[in-house]
Amino acid sequence: MKLEGKAVLVTGASRGLGEALMKHLAWKGARVVGVSRNAQEMEAVAAALRAQGHEAHALAYDVGDKEAIYPLVGAASALVGPLDVLVHNASALGPTPLPLLLDTACEDLAHVLEVNLIGPFRLTKAVAGAMAMRGGGVVVHITSDAAVSTYPRWGAYGVSKVALEHLGRIWAAELEGTGVRFFNVDPGDMDTKMHRDAIPNADPATLARPDDVAARLLTLLERAEAVPSGSRLEASRLEAA
Amino acid sequence: MNAARWPREHPEANKLLHISPDTGRITDKRVEHLPELLRAGDLLVVNDAATLPASLQGRTEDGTPIELRLLAREEEGTWTAVLFGAGDWRMRTEDRPAPPVLSVGARLLLGSLAARVVEVLPPSPRLLRVAFDAQGAALWSGLYRSGRPVQYSYLTGPLALWHIQTSYAARPWAAEPPSAGLPLTWTLLLELRRRGVRFASLTHAAGLSSTGDALLDARLPRPERFDIPASTVEAIHAARGAGGRVVAVGTTVVRALEGRAANSNGILTPGEGVTDLLLGPGFIPRVVNGLLTGVHEPTTSHATLLQAFAPLPLLQEAAQIAEKLGYLGHEFGDSCLVLNA
Repeated sequence: MKLEGKAVLVTGASRGLGEALMKHLAWKGARVVGVSRNAQEMEAVAAALRAQGHEAHALAYDVGDKEAIYPLVGAASALVGPLDVLVHNASALGPTPLPLLLDTACEDLAHVLEVNLIGPFRLTKAVAGAMAMRGGGVVVHITSDAAVSTYPRWGAYGVSKVALEHLGRIWAAELEGTGVRFFNVDPGDMDTKMHRDAIPNADPATLARPDDVAARLLTLLERAEAVPSGSRLEASRLEAA
Repeated sequence: MNAARWPREHPEANKLLHISPDTGRITDKRVEHLPELLRAGDLLVVNDAATLPASLQGRTEDGTPIELRLLAREEEGTWTAVLFGAGDWRMRTEDRPAPPVLSVGARLLLGSLAARVVEVLPPSPRLLRVAFDAQGAALWSGLYRSGRPVQYSYLTGPLALWHIQTSYAARPWAAEPPSAGLPLTWTLLLELRRRGVRFASLTHAAGLSSTGDALLDARLPRPERFDIPASTVEAIHAARGAGGRVVAVGTTVVRALEGRAANSNGILTPGEGVTDLLLGPGFIPRVVNGLLTGVHEPTTSHATLLQAFAPLPLLQEAAQIAEKLGYLGHEFGDSCLVLNA
């Protein structure tokens, strides 16, 4: 897929991987909309890109909020046209320091599922039908090694990502042949605020840079038609730009 | 005919009246039977407009309560809209008190948005062109924050945005839902696809259906914007060339396709445009072979459009049958397929 001129929505785009994706997509000529709960930070990211001459818009919504979904998709489609790419990057970690399951309030697990699983489900529902009718589109779930490995204290987050990955596989199976493709992308451990919240003592030198992960994710998007829909991909194994 | 008073839980179970103009046959079916009524090689053309929350409650600068219902976005970033007096959808539109008469420059305070009147349009001081203070993301965020779906008094409660979108809705161009497409679930669409029915889409800015003012209502639908992609034009030519039928989902699709073709000597070309085409008896469709639509009283403008596809006596007979069988009307009602078998 050529990214130039494509309409892209990235969630959780005010910092970290989401912000890096916004920038790389805009630099490739895509028309990008970023959404975050942090209105000012999100607007700052979009404004900086516009100052460079790119098309970038900021929306302030909580993707875990059911009432936010159609306003978000409507506003995004009004600004950049029918969406070609949707990146589910916004994630809740749950309470920190990360607790054991026995010390995790059920409401906290439910909240993590609401943001990391139900929100992306609702958002895909509002977008994928339009993509299928037009015959093409790409939906990316940003997942985690926590969905594969059994890490104590990563219960809520890990469970939400396992479920999100399986959701991606079933989406892919149901929409096989429509041109809408689904990918689960594991970005690896990155030097981000979320990582610092989860593991305050991590050595940044051992962590991937969001910038580098974003560039690799773009090479995936550019050859999306050649990658089986429903695939799980690790960013570290994707081509560098 | 009774109105459906709330969105239907299982729209595939909705009734579908199949009218075959060539044989005069009228058959009572269900929406889920649509795959049997279409053939491999047929092309279904849908209107992929998402529906805006086009109703804005607010007041004039002197505090008079009003409601503004957006009709369409115009090219200079302004909007045409219809002004209502106090009250909301729970009151029948014809019972609403008259709104104040506004002049150019009057400001409207509409929840989180503010707008000013830039033009008062004929034939009524209720028909306005307005400009919002906000633009871009701020305007759209404000619209979605302060707007509510346009709806009418026969409904039993306030609608949410998710009630008024088709399953393939994209750009928010429609002031009211392109309702012919509401019963189309993806189960049905994928079954149609499996059987060789092809799809194409266009975007058409469906406007308001009623203002409660006879003078204004007589001028509806107003000229409406459309966007027909090149891929849709190709799909139409391919389908017709292979003997397939082009079936429009809704009168907005008919008006966009036939309006576009009428502007270029009957040949359909892609692109954006505006149509004020009103079909009726004597109009010969050049693009569309049949349509899926709702069930309407024979006296409405929707029903007049149907006379371009079927003779009035047949449509009247169909309306009587629909009434007798308990078909429900309006946007969440039952369906009608006008297509030669």
